[in-house]
Amino acid sequence: MSDTIKITYREAIKQAIREVMQKDERVFLMGEDVGNYGGAFAVSKGLLKEFGADRIMDVPLSESGFTGAGIGASLAGMKPIVEVMTVNFSLLAMDQIFNNAATLLHMSGGQLNVPVVIRMGCGIGRQLAAQHSHSWEPFFAHVPGLIVLSVGTHEDARGMLLSAMESPDPVVIFEYTFMLNLEKEIPSNSGAVEIKKAKVLREGKDISLITYGAGVYKCLEAAEALKEEGIDAEVVDLRVLRPMDEETFLASVKKTHRALVVEEAWKSISISSEVISRIMEKAFFDLDGPVERLCGVEVPIPYPKDLEDASIPQVSDILEKVKKMLKP
Amino acid sequence: MIKFQMPNLGADMEAGTLVEWRKQPGELLHRGDIIADVETQKGLIEIEVFDEGTLEKFLVKEGEKVPVGTVLALINDGKAEVSESAVPEEEAAKPEIHPIEERPETPQKKTKKGERIKISPLARIIAEENHVDISLLKGTGPEGSIVKKDIEKAISEGVQQTQETQKKTDEVKEVSAKSAAPNANAMRMAVAAAMSKSNREIPHYYLEKRVDMSKAMDWVKEANKERPIQKRLLPVALLIKAVAKALDDVPDLNATWENGILRKNEINIGFVVSLRSGGIVVPAILQTDSKTVDEIMENLNDIIPRARAFKLKSSELSQSTFTITSIGEGGADKVFGLIYPPQVGIVGFGEISEQPFADEGMLGIRPVVDVTLAADHRATDGIIGSKFLASLNRHLQNPEEL
Amino acid sequence: MTEEEIKKTVFQLLQRIAPETDPASLMPEENIREALNIDSYDALQFIVSISEKLNVDIPEEDYGKTSNLKSLIAYLGKKLNG
Repeated sequence: MSDTIKITYREAIKQAIREVMQKDERVFLMGEDVGNYGGAFAVSKGLLKEFGADRIMDVPLSESGFTGAGIGASLAGMKPIVEVMTVNFSLLAMDQIFNNAATLLHMSGGQLNVPVVIRMGCGIGRQLAAQHSHSWEPFFAHVPGLIVLSVGTHEDARGMLLSAMESPDPVVIFEYTFMLNLEKEIPSNSGAVEIKKAKVLREGKDISLITYGAGVYKCLEAAEALKEEGIDAEVVDLRVLRPMDEETFLASVKKTHRALVVEEAWKSISISSEVISRIMEKAFFDLDGPVERLCGVEVPIPYPKDLEDASIPQVSDILEKVKKMLKP
Repeated sequence: MIKFQMPNLGADMEAGTLVEWRKQPGELLHRGDIIADVETQKGLIEIEVFDEGTLEKFLVKEGEKVPVGTVLALINDGKAEVSESAVPEEEAAKPEIHPIEERPETPQKKTKKGERIKISPLARIIAEENHVDISLLKGTGPEGSIVKKDIEKAISEGVQQTQETQKKTDEVKEVSAKSAAPNANAMRMAVAAAMSKSNREIPHYYLEKRVDMSKAMDWVKEANKERPIQKRLLPVALLIKAVAKALDDVPDLNATWENGILRKNEINIGFVVSLRSGGIVVPAILQTDSKTVDEIMENLNDIIPRARAFKLKSSELSQSTFTITSIGEGGADKVFGLIYPPQVGIVGFGEISEQPFADEGMLGIRPVVDVTLAADHRATDGIIGSKFLASLNRHLQNPEEL
Repeated sequence: MTEEEIKKTVFQLLQRIAPETDPASLMPEENIREALNIDSYDALQFIVSISEKLNVDIPEEDYGKTSNLKSLIAYLGKKLNG
């Protein structure tokens, strides 16, 4: 492991964007403030200088308009990366994403692929309140025709975009604002990662912590702390929210016989709802206790720091929950 | 090749646990041989085969609980094609076969307090595989549920096993009456299921006739004078014989109803035996019509203690074609029965007691019994039932001919 | 055979037929069958077992004398001891 580099989540994404732009001239980045300002979250800082205004494209504040333009460009043979500043604003582009990107292959009788990649910031950041902080992955994961990725680790931040650019079908990538400044070590030769499978990030035998996105590092930290309690937790990063890779988490549950699903999205009709349904359908007789979940509290994300923290699962919540489940 | 199936031992039976194989692959089987012991809600039943052949192989392991109709074993009868076991009785109403696990209504074990046992699905499977009696365990999981750890502990301690395993490890082949007894609740549920089905599905009609028993009672009294005490007759043996004769006269009542009436060739009268611990079983006196009153009494002497000890054979439980319920002395004057599906009739005898009885212009005190008939109106009409009661009366007035 | 011995034998045989009851709690003139909930079939078995155990013949017309403890013991005492 001597060949590792320390890198922030933001830098990992930027390197990925640079790599795909260097590799393929058809690739361009479009979004609000991605050029002169360097990106609302500074992900694309410096790229305007390197690639020029034709390929790092500032767009008007019209999500529906520029997302539609990106879809059109992809139909015309280009390879656009559309950046939607936060998931909150993506609702304005929903019509383009759901009604065009997701359906055109079907409605054209298989003639039109839509190889667009749409990135969006997701989850809480630094007290950005209900206007900018929601976790709406479940909305997108509901829609057939989309590939929905959740970037829960630095390796995926570095590698998911590379693979997404190869997809003939529309890919929505969720990046987590909260993690942008977080530094981690990744192999120095990190590159494309596969984007069809969930991944067991930590093996354990007592319980499966199934999570994605901002929940991944929290679960890994909790699993480490649980060692002291004599609890050996396995951590599964779902990574691909659609089409969901159930094989990986079902195998994990069949091994540990217990499961806790952790996500920041609101609890009702969520990713955890789907994961737990599939466990019930396909692993019921392997369960040694009820499957439980920790999810976002069902309120608009609050502004005050303490309330913001309280609105989503924290490491301490995971620890407490697992202990309660395994040592009632 | 013959498929030997889990028999249906009554309308209330949905599944049975194969407790023990009494024959081994390679053994020659004859009609009537006991091939296995099966545990049902009504206790441990000896299962007979109705085919000749060599036992080819077992398809169900000891300890497994399977639905009625599941193929338990293959019997080689020298024929290549596979046929279903020739179980007498057209109990063709085979339920769909699906594994027990997939049935959401699988009955749950109850604790003594009648509470449902909370146990994880995984723990339940491990418990079943290892024959751990979960009603004996204390759960340490969520909400006090029994989890894998608890079962593993029970297995390592090796004490808390179900009846089946206890029995398997038992040196003595004979099953003690106690271990064969189903729990009282299971028995209650079995009776409840059968009688609910009866009341729900069968449109009963009721007839009643008062029968002068003086000749019959005199005959029994005389007969008993000649008999040593062990061979003495109870009046009920005579009543059973008379019912068999009346059924021979009115065969429409010796039948089953399953989308149509089906007359039975044999007259096998089921006799309701109540259990001291609650509940009833209805063993059959096979071919009642061809037995003498003494033979019927012998049969009762054999079958009633076995019924009470839950040691009946499958044929005795599954082959009755008509049912008698008798209240006996010191009880109610009349009893109106519920038909045991898929049969089409049940006769009820009240207490034989002395009553004023008018006959040929004279009023006298005579032993009389109030006989009722409940019959399935889908299968027969009142005129048939009435003929039956008249015939029964006639036979009881000529006891020496019985 | 003393009255006490007869009583003991009767209790043993009743216990066998109605295992969950306590025959010792019977009142002398209480109807045995009603008190212990014994049906006509078991009643016959009871009489058969008495006759076998004590080697006495009990004709059917004497069944009435076996209905309570007092009369049963008196009846058996008379039969056994002349």
